[in-house]
Amino acid sequence: MMPEQYRRKDLLSIRDLSPGEILFLLDMTDSFREVNEREIKKVPSLRGKTVVNLFFEPSTRTRTSFEIAGKRLSADVINIAASVSSAQKGETLRDTARNIEAMSTDVVVVRHSASGAPAYLAGELNCGVVNAGDGCHEHPTQALLDLYTIREHKKEFDGLRVSIVGDIARSRVARSNIIALSKLGAEVMICGPRTMLPAEAESLGARVSTRVEEAIEWSDVLMTLRIQLEREAGAAFPSAREYAATFGINRKRLEGAKRDLLIMHPGPINRGVELSPDVADGPFSVILEQVEYGVACRMGILYLLAGQREEVDGGPETGGSPDGPAEARPESTEVRDAVAH
Amino acid sequence: MPLLIKGARVIDSAVGVDDVLDILIEDGRIARLAKDIDPGGVGAPDGVDVLDATGLIAAPGFIDMHVHLREPGEKFKEDIESGTRAAAAGGFTAIACMANTDPVNDTSSITERIMKRARESAVCWVYPIGAVSEGLKGEHITEMADQKGAGCVAFSDDGMPVRTAQLMRSALEYSGMLGIPILDHAEDLSLSSGRVMNEGAMATALGLGANPTASEDICVFRDIRLARLTGSPLHILHITSAGAVELVRQAKREGAPVTCEATPHHFTLTDAAIVGFNSAAKMAPPLRSEADRQALLAGLKDGTIDAIASDHAPHYVADLQVEFDAVPFGVVGLETAVPLAIEVLVHGGVLTLAEMIAKFTEGPARILNLPGGTLKEGAPGDVTLLNLERQYEVIPERFESRGRNTPFAGRKLRGCAAATVVRGRIVMNRIAGEMTINADVEISAGKV
Repeated sequence: MMPEQYRRKDLLSIRDLSPGEILFLLDMTDSFREVNEREIKKVPSLRGKTVVNLFFEPSTRTRTSFEIAGKRLSADVINIAASVSSAQKGETLRDTARNIEAMSTDVVVVRHSASGAPAYLAGELNCGVVNAGDGCHEHPTQALLDLYTIREHKKEFDGLRVSIVGDIARSRVARSNIIALSKLGAEVMICGPRTMLPAEAESLGARVSTRVEEAIEWSDVLMTLRIQLEREAGAAFPSAREYAATFGINRKRLEGAKRDLLIMHPGPINRGVELSPDVADGPFSVILEQVEYGVACRMGILYLLAGQREEVDGGPETGGSPDGPAEARPESTEVRDAVAH
Repeated sequence: MPLLIKGARVIDSAVGVDDVLDILIEDGRIARLAKDIDPGGVGAPDGVDVLDATGLIAAPGFIDMHVHLREPGEKFKEDIESGTRAAAAGGFTAIACMANTDPVNDTSSITERIMKRARESAVCWVYPIGAVSEGLKGEHITEMADQKGAGCVAFSDDGMPVRTAQLMRSALEYSGMLGIPILDHAEDLSLSSGRVMNEGAMATALGLGANPTASEDICVFRDIRLARLTGSPLHILHITSAGAVELVRQAKREGAPVTCEATPHHFTLTDAAIVGFNSAAKMAPPLRSEADRQALLAGLKDGTIDAIASDHAPHYVADLQVEFDAVPFGVVGLETAVPLAIEVLVHGGVLTLAEMIAKFTEGPARILNLPGGTLKEGAPGDVTLLNLERQYEVIPERFESRGRNTPFAGRKLRGCAAATVVRGRIVMNRIAGEMTINADVEISAGKV
C-alpha cells in the first residue's frame, strides 16, 4: 500500500477513503508534528484563510484541537456553539451553514448529533467540510489520530490485533476506527454487552465478543470507549458499577495481556468505569499521545482542505497530474518551507 | 354524452373477463361490455364519444386505498385538487384519504368539509377515512357511526398505530358493528419510535437509528388476535416484514377477518437505497431487507396481500432540505405506483396481468366495500387504460402532485396508465402523446 494524494473537497468519513489516502493523511500528520514541538508553534500556511468550527454538540477536546490546529497554521478560526434545539425552532442547518459560507469561509468543521449531517452539508456547500463527529456514524479525524498513534508504536498495521471495547452501537469513533484499521490490514475485535453491539455487527468487518477477558488476551491494542453514563444508564447497561465490574479495564484484568499492549481512549474518560485510574495513567496508556497527535493530524487536514481548494474543486477525478498538484504533497517544497518557518 | 371505449383487451377478474371487447358507458355507469359495439346503434340522440383503445389494456378503475391529501390544513403540501389530479395522472379513478390532516378528520363536520371540497375540486372519487381516536391521540374512539353517515369508508390512525390493545379492541368491536374495517399502521412504538430506518447492516454502517421488523410483527400479531376476538374486519396497512406476511397468511388460513396491502416502494426497494444518507428513501415503516421484499412478492402472488396502495405522502420542499434524522417520513406514490407495479410485478414475472390488476381494483373495493372494482353492467363508469410498453420516466418536476419526494426520480419504467375514465369522462389521456387532464368531471364524493 502506497500513500495516494488526497484531492477531495471534504473529509466526511473513513469509509469513503482508499487505504492510500489514509496513509497519505498519516504522512501529513508526520509533517506537521514537528511544528508543535517548536518554541514558536506557528507557520503562515493558512494566513488569510478562515476556518469555522460549527459545533451542534458540546465538545471541548475536538473543538480545541481543531482551533489550535487552525491557529498554528495562521488561519482565522471562529467557533460557533450552536444548539440543535434552537436550530430546529428557527434556521435550518442548511441555512446556518450557507450563511457561514457566504462570509467567504474556506473550511467548515461540523459536529452534529444527526448521522449524515456533514455529508448533507458537503453537498450544499462549495467550501470544504470536515466531519468532526456525526451522530453514531463516523468521527474520521479521531480514527486518523488513533491510527497515527498506533503506527508510532507498532510501525505496521498488517496483522495487528486491535480490540474496541464499549458502546459500539452508538460510537462514531468505533465505526471510523473499525473501517480504517480494516482497510490497512489490521484485525479488529469489538467487545461490549449485547445491548451495546449493533445489529449485524459482523457486517462492520470485525470479530465480536461479549467477554472483555477474551478481547484483552487477544489484543495488541485495546481501545476503550466512553460510556454515555447520562444517556444510556438503565437502557443499554444496568449501572456504571455493573459496567465497571464486567467490562471495565483494571490492573487485575490486564494480567493476561501482552506485555507491549497499548491502551487508548478517545476521552473524556469516566475514571473507574471504562478504565481504572491506575490503568489510565499507567505504562500501557498512550491516551495523552492521542491528544497530542490530534493537533498535527487536524493541521494536515485543514492545510489540505483550506490551502489547496483551487486545485481540488471539482472532486478527486479532476485537476492536476495523476500525482496531484505537486505543492500539496507533504514532502514538497512548500510544506517543507511551511514547516521550516 | 355516452363514451364508447373500443378495441382494448378488457381484463376484469371480478367477473372473469379477459378478451378484446368494447365498453359502453352511459349516465356514468357501465352500460354494456360486448364485442364490436356499433356507435350508431347505441341510440344516443347527440351521438357517442368514441375512444380508440386498440392495443391497450382496459381494467376497472384503479383504486388507491391509502393516500394523504393534506387538505384540510396543509394545502402547501397537497390539496384535494392537486392530489386527485396526481391520482388521475397515475391511472386512479378513486382514492381513499387518510385522517391525519389538520384538523384531524375525527368528526362528521370535517368529513363533510372534505366531501364538499371533493365535489368542488376533485377529478376522481374521494373516499374519506376517519380517525380511530379523537385527534389521533390514542385515547377515545371517535363518533364512528356519525362519520360513516357523513361518508367515511374506514377508520385509521395512520401515521400512528392504534395506540393500545384495549383501544384497538374497542375500535374493532364498534366499527365491526357498522360493517367498516379498521386500518392499522402496525408498529410497536417502544421499538420503533425515533428510529429512522430498517435495522440491519446498512443502519449499522450509517449509524442511523434502527427499527427492527419485530416492531411490525408484534403489532400485527396483536391486531390479528383482536380481530379474532371481535370477529371484526382488520386491514394491515403497508405491510413490510416477512414475519408479518406470514402472520397474515396463517390468520387467513384460519379464517380470521384480516386483509393487508403492500406499497410499490416496499416491493421494489430495500434499505440499500438509503446508502449515502439518501433521505428520499425515508419512510415509515422503513424499506426492509431483500428477504422481506421477497416475502412481499410471495405474499402478493399467493393472495396473502390483497391490495397495492401507494401511501402517497407529499411533503413541503423546505421540510426536506434538512439532515436525514429531521426529514419527515414518507414518499409520494400516486404517479409512480402503476408503472412500478407493471414493471416489477408483471414484466418481472411475479404476477399475471390479471393478478396485478386485481390488487388495484377487486382487492381494495372488497376491503372498503366500494362500488367500483369491476366492469360489470351497472358498475360505476370508471376505467383505467394501461399501456404495458410505453416508457414512463419519473420526473418529479412534472408531477401533478405538489410533492416531489420520491426515491424513483430519474427511473425509466416500462408501462403506465394510458388514460383514466371517471364516470364516463376521460379525465386523463396520454394515449396520443403528452398527457392532458380534463378537470371537467362531476364528482359526487363518496359512495354513489
